[in-house]
Order: sequence, then C-alpha cells, then structure tokens
Amino acid sequence: MTIRFDKLGVVIAAIVAYAAFAAPFATFRANRIVPGEARSILESLPTAVGPSLLEIVVIAAIIALLKTPLILRLVASVVALAALAILIGVAGDFLTPEGNTFARISPASGFWLLIFAFTLLLADVLTRLNLSPWARVGVLVVAALAIGLLLVSGSWNSLSILKEYANRADSFWAEGSKHVTLALGSLAAAAVVGLPLGILCHRVDKLRAGVLNVLNIIQTIPSIALFGLLIAPLGWVATHVPGAASLGIRGIGTAPAFVALFLYSLLPVVANTVVGLAGVPRAANDAARGMGMTDRQRLFGVEFPLAFPVILTGIRIVLVQNIGLATIAALIGGGGFGVFVFQGVGQTAMDLVLLGAVPTVALAFAAAIILDAVIEMTSTRRREVQTA
Amino acid sequence: MKEAGVKTWLPSLLRLALAVLLVAFVTNPGWFEPLLKPLTENNAPVIYNQGSLLTLTLLHLRTVLIATVAATIVAVALAILVTRPAGVEFLPLSRSLVNIGQTFPPVAVLALAVPAVGFGEKPTLIALFLYGLLPIFENALTGLTTLPANVVEAARGAGMTGWQRLTKVELPLSAPIILGGIRLSVVISLATATIGSTVAAKTLGEVIIAGLLSNNLAFVLQGGLIVAALAVLIYDGLSAIERYTARRMGREAQ
Repeated sequence: MTIRFDKLGVVIAAIVAYAAFAAPFATFRANRIVPGEARSILESLPTAVGPSLLEIVVIAAIIALLKTPLILRLVASVVALAALAILIGVAGDFLTPEGNTFARISPASGFWLLIFAFTLLLADVLTRLNLSPWARVGVLVVAALAIGLLLVSGSWNSLSILKEYANRADSFWAEGSKHVTLALGSLAAAAVVGLPLGILCHRVDKLRAGVLNVLNIIQTIPSIALFGLLIAPLGWVATHVPGAASLGIRGIGTAPAFVALFLYSLLPVVANTVVGLAGVPRAANDAARGMGMTDRQRLFGVEFPLAFPVILTGIRIVLVQNIGLATIAALIGGGGFGVFVFQGVGQTAMDLVLLGAVPTVALAFAAAIILDAVIEMTSTRRREVQTA
Repeated sequence: MKEAGVKTWLPSLLRLALAVLLVAFVTNPGWFEPLLKPLTENNAPVIYNQGSLLTLTLLHLRTVLIATVAATIVAVALAILVTRPAGVEFLPLSRSLVNIGQTFPPVAVLALAVPAVGFGEKPTLIALFLYGLLPIFENALTGLTTLPANVVEAARGAGMTGWQRLTKVELPLSAPIILGGIRLSVVISLATATIGSTVAAKTLGEVIIAGLLSNNLAFVLQGGLIVAALAVLIYDGLSAIERYTARRMGREAQ
C-alpha cells in the first residue's frame, strides 16, 4: 500500500508544524498596553494538558496530510478546533498570576494560525460535502451555540478581550444594537426605496442610465467623506424643520451615518432589481400577457418571483457591506462597534480593537452564510418551477 | 443626426473637463478658495494647510497602485494554479475562501494589521491588497473557466504545450474579464485607502479626517471630491482599455 498525500493537507500540516512548535501560543503582558512576552504551548498550559494539546494537533494534522475519508477529516478538524478553543481559556487561567488583575493574557500568532489551519480543513470538508442550504445554516447555528456556551460558561473570562468586555459590558450591547440597527435599518430603507426605483428603471428606458450613473458616482465617494458631508445638511434640517430634531435627526451622530449607508445601499438594490427583471424570460411574460394578466398581476405574479434570487443577491451584498461600513459611523459619533475599534487604535490597545472587530466580522460572516442559503433555496425553487 | 453626434462627444468632453478641473485643483487649490469659502466658519482655513494636496494625491495613488499590482499578480497566479490539472483540487475551497474573505470589513483588517506591522502605510497596503484580491481572483477564474472550448481544443490540436496555451491563448482571451476585476478592485481601493488615514497613512483621507475633527466642511468636501473624481476618471480609463482588448479578442467584456 502506498501512502498518498492530500495537497491541501500538505499546506495545513506545514502551517500546523510551524504554529505548534515555532510560534507563540499566548502572549503575557503585565498590563494592557505594555509589549507582551511570548509563551509556547508547553509554557502556557499545565504540565498535564500541554502535551495532550500537542498530540491532538499533530494527529489532526497527520489526518489532514494523508488521503483520509471525509468523515475522519471532519472529526479531526472539529476536535482540534474544540480543544484549541477550550484550552486557550485554560492557558488564560494558568498564566494569570494569583490575584493579579492587571496582567493580560491574549491568544498569540501560533494560536491564530492553528485556528486558521483547522478552519481551512473544516471549510474544505464542508465544501466537499456539498451541504444543502439548511445544513449550512445548521452548522452555523451549532458553531454559534458552541461559542456562546464557552462565553457564558466563563471559561474565556481570563482572556484579555473579555477583560475589555467586562469593563464595558453595558456600552458593548448598546453599541452592538446601534450597529445592527444602522446596518439593518438602512438596508430596509434602501429596499423600500430601491425596489420601486428598480422597477421604474426597468420599465422606463430613459430613466435607467441616468439613475444608475448617479448611484455609481455616489459609490465612488469615500465613506468617511460621505459621512462628513451629510453632517451639514442634516444639521440644517434639524434646526430649520420643525419636529425633525425630536425625531432624532441631528447633524452628527446616527442620522448622517444612516443616510450615508442608505445611499451606498441603493446601487446594489436598484441595479440587481433591473438585472433580475431584465432576465425574466420573454416567454414567461408573453404567456402571462396571453392569459390576460394585468400589468400589476404580471409584475407581482410573474416578473417579481422570477427576479427574486437576483434581487436577494443585491440585498446580500448590501447587508455584508453595511455591517462593515457601519464601523466607520463611529468616526462621526454614530456609535456601533467601530467605537471600540477606533478607541483601541487611539490607545494602541489591541484587545479593545478586537472587541469591536470580532463581533463585526462574526455578524458579517453569519449574514453572508444565511443569505447565501436563502438565495440558493429560492433559486432552486425557481428552477423547479421552470422545469415543471 | 445632430443629436447622436452630441451624445457621442459629450461624455468625452465632460471627462476631459473633469480631468482638467482635478489637475487645476490639486496643483492650484488657491484658485478655488472663493467657491469653498461659504463652507467654513470663524475664518478657518479653506484649503488644507498641513500638507500639499498634490503630494497627498500622488501618495494616495501610489498606495493604491502598489496594492493593486500586488493583488493582481497574486490573484491571477492563484486563479491559474486552481485551473491547472495539478491544482484543481483547490478550486472549490478557493471559491469558499474568497467568499469568506469578502465578509471581513476593511476597518477590521486595517486595525488588526496595526499590531503586526505598526502604524502608517503598511497596514493600509495589507488591507487594500486583501480587499483587492477578491474581485480580481473571481474575474480571473470566470475568464479562465469560461473559455470557448473549441479554441482551447484547437490550441491543443495545434500541438501547443500547456505553457504556450496559457500565455498565448487562455490569458489573452481572459484579459478583458480580468481587467474588469482590476477596475472594480481599483475603485474600491481608492475609496478604502482614505480609511488608512485613521492609522496614520499618508492619503487623501488625512484631509477628510482633519475636516471631521475640526468641523471644517471645506476640508471634507475637497478630500472627498478629489477621491471621487480620481475614481470616476480611472474607472472610465480602465473601461476604455477593457473595451479595446475585448474588441481585439472578439470577446464581450463583462
């Protein structure tokens, strides 16, 4: 029997070898802003646990390296990721000196590389398994529950990012809800305005080029400039339009951020609505006309359902983009997770940056997976309808 | 007939006017002071005064250029790799990685790169590079996987080696689509580079942020407009190159 290597496995094994034996697993700092000292896996874990973690990652890497059944690879990646996730918390407890509240323990490059390597393995397995949309959402939910469980159980509490969280628990959730409101609210507004505008552009040729050109130009304005430019007009509205100020419209803060995100969201929504409607097969439209459907019936009964997956793709682009862009709202006092990112950059406190960046990335990632699944579900249904 | 004539030369004329205005503005911002004056309060400076707009514009373009060239090389090389028989195993995974990569917000990449490489231009280059990879990779993949089968077969039948087919047939035929990806990536990078100034990179973002901090709308407007004008002009320029190569290759650009 000859031993056969998996090509991706070679890459993964190389990363694991470097990360486990040459790179630091955790960083110890005497307080939150001094430079850290590196600690290897064996140094950062109790003597009973350290070698077993090394064993787990090495065995998992060997499974990745050889041509092995998918199910074994799945188990190896999940076990390795779970062991890393649990033991980084143990390392935090172990490295923190007794009764010391200033010391900060954070995961170091070796830990992140190991996580990256096994996530790569997991992603490869999941891609090859060709999961159904529901199964993908299921995997996401299980992963979220596992992370939630670790957070609630307090096993990560000795890590620096959670110490930053403990100092700001109230503002974290307040900024978080602001972030989500900004991203989702501007998306909803863009859908309400963009869908009819897209339909109008589809029906009226003369409008199409003009509207899409204007929206394209808006996209080229850098986000921080657009946020800034909206401060003045909204400030004017707040002082001159009766009742506007009581609605929460102000020059700085959430209002300009909301309007800017709304403007950026319009292009993908309008453009995809136009593309989707243009892609409706002529035969379907002719059949609908032949059946005596009115314009309105045709729009809601035929064109819109057929164009729906393409329109949803536009909405996916907008949602992921908005979750990212909402971080910039913090620069003009609009709140959101960006508050922690920019505070952290200002204080060179990277744990604080992570406290803002990690939830943002997680939100964008979850939104992308869920919407991709929904898009796939609607487009397969569409194909079934077409073939039936 | 006269109307059709107006329609063809008007856009070019507008573009030329925009280019002239842009050059005039960054070289002689003083000329435009009266226009921006109403946007300032309490005799604040009208034109950005902590550095020359021309230098910042050139630095901005340099940052975008370096990041885009690096991203193009890596993305096209990767796309070639996963479309060869030896690398085809990586194709599905690379697709999902590209999808995942797109969900990382640029601000997060920027802020997380700072501890690794320090403040300044480097974290900006990393963020722009990572962000620029995705559209180029996606388009290069589309270009290389949707080649007309009969052309590739003909090249094989003519006795071309794998390398010859790649450099003489596949890459030239995919060029218009790859250029489309580069165009998208450049426009995103031009706007994203402004965020780099939050971590002390020298770009036009500096002007905008100075405006936000001192509540000076004239600064915000001039920084934003220069970037927007650059983006529009570069977008149009690259579109023209794309149409030219598409015509030569007999393939419609996306």
